[in-house]
Amino acid sequence: MRKKLLPTFAFCLLAAALHAAPAASAAELRIGLSGEVSSLDPHLLASQPNLTVARHVFESLTDVDPQTKLIPGLAESWRALDALTWEFRLRRGVKFHDGSEFTAEDAAFSLARPLSIRGSPGGFASYVRAVESASAVDSHTLRVKTKYPYGALPEDINSILIVSKKAAQNAGPEDFDSGRAMVGTGPYKFLRYQRGDRLELARHDQWWGKAPAWDRVTLRVIPADPSRTAALLSGELDVIEHVPSADLKNINKNNRLRTIQTTSWRTILLHLDQYRAQPPGVSGPDGKTLAKNPFMDPRVRRAMSMAIHREAIASRVMEGLAVPAANIVSPNVFGHNAALKPAAYDPEGAKRLLAEAGYPQGFRITLAGPNNRYINDEQVLQTVAQLLTRAGIQTRVEAAPMSAFLGRVRKEETAVSLLGWGSFAADLALRSLVAAPNPDKGYGAWNWGRYANPKVDALMEQALGSTDRGRREALAREANTLAMNDFAVIPLHHQVVSWAMRANLAYVPRTDEFTFAHHFTPR
Amino acid sequence: MNSCIAASAPGREFAAGFARDRIALAALAVLALLFAAALAAPWLTPQDPYDLAQLDILDAKLPPGSAAAAGHTYWLGSDDQGRDMWSAILHGLRISLGVGLLSTVIALGIGLAVGLVSARAGGWVDALIMRVVDLQLSFPSILVALILLALTGQGVDRIIAALVVVQWAYYARTVRGAALVELRREYIDAAVCAGYGEARILFRHVLPNVLPPLIVVATVQVAHAIALEATLSFLGLGLPITEPSLGLLIANGYIYLLAGHYWISVFPGIALLLTIVAINLVGDRLRDVLNPRLR
Amino acid sequence: MLSFTLRRLAQSAATLLVMSLLVFAGVYAIGNPVDILVNPQADQAEIARVTAQLGLDLPLWQQYWIFLRGAFGGDLGSSFVAGVPAITLILERLPATLELALLAMLIAVTLGVPLGLIAGLKPESWIGRAIMAGSILGFSLPTFWVGLMLILVFSVQLGWLPTTGRGPTTDLFGIPVSFLGWEGLRHLILPATNLALFKLALLIRLVRAGTREAMLQDYVRYARAKGLAGRRVVRVHVLPNILIPVITVAGLEFGSLIAFAVVTETVFAWPGMGKLLIDSIGLLDRPVIVAYLLVTVCLFILINLAVDLLYAALDPRVRAEGAR
Repeated sequence: MRKKLLPTFAFCLLAAALHAAPAASAAELRIGLSGEVSSLDPHLLASQPNLTVARHVFESLTDVDPQTKLIPGLAESWRALDALTWEFRLRRGVKFHDGSEFTAEDAAFSLARPLSIRGSPGGFASYVRAVESASAVDSHTLRVKTKYPYGALPEDINSILIVSKKAAQNAGPEDFDSGRAMVGTGPYKFLRYQRGDRLELARHDQWWGKAPAWDRVTLRVIPADPSRTAALLSGELDVIEHVPSADLKNINKNNRLRTIQTTSWRTILLHLDQYRAQPPGVSGPDGKTLAKNPFMDPRVRRAMSMAIHREAIASRVMEGLAVPAANIVSPNVFGHNAALKPAAYDPEGAKRLLAEAGYPQGFRITLAGPNNRYINDEQVLQTVAQLLTRAGIQTRVEAAPMSAFLGRVRKEETAVSLLGWGSFAADLALRSLVAAPNPDKGYGAWNWGRYANPKVDALMEQALGSTDRGRREALAREANTLAMNDFAVIPLHHQVVSWAMRANLAYVPRTDEFTFAHHFTPR
Repeated sequence: MNSCIAASAPGREFAAGFARDRIALAALAVLALLFAAALAAPWLTPQDPYDLAQLDILDAKLPPGSAAAAGHTYWLGSDDQGRDMWSAILHGLRISLGVGLLSTVIALGIGLAVGLVSARAGGWVDALIMRVVDLQLSFPSILVALILLALTGQGVDRIIAALVVVQWAYYARTVRGAALVELRREYIDAAVCAGYGEARILFRHVLPNVLPPLIVVATVQVAHAIALEATLSFLGLGLPITEPSLGLLIANGYIYLLAGHYWISVFPGIALLLTIVAINLVGDRLRDVLNPRLR
Repeated sequence: MLSFTLRRLAQSAATLLVMSLLVFAGVYAIGNPVDILVNPQADQAEIARVTAQLGLDLPLWQQYWIFLRGAFGGDLGSSFVAGVPAITLILERLPATLELALLAMLIAVTLGVPLGLIAGLKPESWIGRAIMAGSILGFSLPTFWVGLMLILVFSVQLGWLPTTGRGPTTDLFGIPVSFLGWEGLRHLILPATNLALFKLALLIRLVRAGTREAMLQDYVRYARAKGLAGRRVVRVHVLPNILIPVITVAGLEFGSLIAFAVVTETVFAWPGMGKLLIDSIGLLDRPVIVAYLLVTVCLFILINLAVDLLYAALDPRVRAEGAR
């Protein structure tokens, strides 16, 4: 009898222990992030996951609201004194996590630190390249001199997080990872970090903003899509970001959970080779080389745009996580032109247009793109290929991991390539994507097709040079419209960013895709 | 001891030995059927799943039994591109079988030759070969595949090359280990005394004795090669997405499992399972029949 | 035996050298990490500046020479994305992978050897056949698929075990491990099972094959004819006979367990070396890839050495070979 009892008892204990999954206390929030965090140093690598984590602890001078509109951050206000000088009035009474006062010295130090970091291939230097010098006028006034008239400074400076000069002086990435230098002004304080797994945070009670609802926050890193969903379904997490499109419907059906989404700032587009006589992977319908580059003909570019069924991609491939695009930037973004409408799906019209351009039998192309970067990128590539093939352009797909894909792009081995781009402003996006490549001015670094249109370039240049926001937006919108009507690139869709969470939580979805624990509220 | 008999066993005796096990015979029949289906795929399917013009995105993710816009029925459902699963599975089976068998046979051949030479030669030749094998075994296949992919682009031949590069060392090491033990046996001394040549000793005496354990490994490895190809596809390094193998179909359907679109991943999974079970049952029987000591 | 060991070490050093060269050339061929990692706002001048700062604009042989000089000074370079020495990153992740692989191997051996023995002793019985049929399942389904199924059943449906992550760790001689605490162990069970399945299947099959062969050897037949109890025959005659293939496989497969933990670690968000490797490959973080390979090669060499020493201890015939 006794012998039998013991195992039974042990089994009960085991069962009880197995079921005792740790439940979240009312004031703890557990979030599943989708991207790998490489370092806690806020000035080392400008990647979305690193910034997501860092922005819980650190803040920037200018902030952006959920619709990417600039709002005051650690700076209460700013203005251009002249074409080359900006003045930022800093918030008073802001405390660092170590109790010390935030001053203009810290701000000046933080603006200079990105340039002092060596050995980072993706640092923040680009955001301060226009800055000549930054100096403290008094304890709470910062003056920034630029090298040339530059209207986008407040946008750029949003990406530079402010660290404590005292803690971060002489600190390297390992000091941030260990928590020693993790002294910011943000809503959460560093508690514990296990690289590749989780970051634990505690509320900063002296924060100047509205006190967040959560005492404790755990940020877990789960890049594998189904695993992240599973962790939410099992109740281990309260929130996940970037809900896999396949799981959206299922989660919405679950009455313990809800999803929230908005149009993201990321636009997915196609670059078309417009500079080589014989672009790689492009040939006649019979496989013979073509007499000239078809993409140089605007009618061909237009026909390709017409052949793409954007609605079908948005609803079938993306399961609603996309909005058909006709703009270089998303609807909420500075310089967007709502009057531009996506080309209607018209395969017959596309064929006619191709015939008119001298390709009655179409031609062959190779469509290249990444398979691990954007939402369902590989499926999108396949569907675009399917649609182009139906319109007579026989398309072969070449999908590869981003690293290998970019390697091929840099070696100029692709002619039609898929790229995703997120930007705060149309003029900034045009500068990188559409402006004629010009290393001296830093234009067109990502203009893979080498589209060149002096009118677009001039408008874009004027827009970036104006410190008056109204004038700047008008110019940026005009440049955007001109480039899009000429099909400089073919925009496919704007991604939709989504979150899934417990049904009793609320979040204002952000166009810039950031997930911030302090913006979640119980409801 | 019975190696001479094993080496010269006539085909008929071998077939009779094989047929004594009914389950193995059934497995062989299934395998033959699968091969036939894979070869005849274009005539058994309503759609060419590799021709993008035949796919319709509006037919994506339809459950089994749905009617297609083109008129035929998706008996096993359709995938996220509107690809008929039945057509995709048969065509995918063709690629998977080809990739698994070819890569295993080539790797086995290389490993066998290298392992035997290494064991017999000994000395610095042996040491050098074994160090190369160590090098190869410690080189993760994923990295090999990524490098090959980046250098040459995607394709069935690249995947086979990558799988051969990944597997040959494994055979070489196994063969060498078995051959070393075998070379110490008395009958080898007898053969040497009888004045037989090196090649004859290696291939007529040592080979039949190291082969049985190798076939166990090889049958497992065919399955492993197919699964590894699926894994590489899962990591985005495998075959071109527009020409899915069974593994790639499973990998693609994987993300729809939680959502209840089970058919995209489960049906190719069943096909894969059936194939691998059949290959292994046949392999097991082959080993028993080939093993001179078990007969 | 000492000279044998020394010679092996010398050979291994050469292996390491060749390996590092291969990785260098391979990563160089794929592309420039700056292209992937660079800030999208960066212009051509910034890309050129950063490339030069990292020395990535130099010819391959010069880059390799710089690396070699550093490596001999004990510096394998810093990760491009983490900014800390690559070797630190690897060693930080090593315990997580090791404990995962060790537990997986433990599961495979403790289940595989007895099951294989049973299947080998009674090949025609239903239980023997069932074991064999079950073992086929172990390697016919892709690891990532089985992993997700485990999560679906045991975490989402039954709620018994956590889905992902490593859970709390306890320090053992300064090394963080999770198998000492209950919560940590719960996080370990599913990924270890997932990783073990393939090896389990392989072991069952090898042990079965070894057992069947041993049972038909003359000395075993003789012992049985003599009327020796079945249990004693197995212990004295069969077990030693199957030990050598088991050790070979356990040794070789332990190495591959570490290398192939990549998939399991990805599915279970396990912060081990494999996940670090696949992330680093994705970002072309060359210092980490090279350091990872050096660490794995060293592990392999140690494992192979241990396997060879065990061989020598078990089989006098191989000992003679080893001393040659």
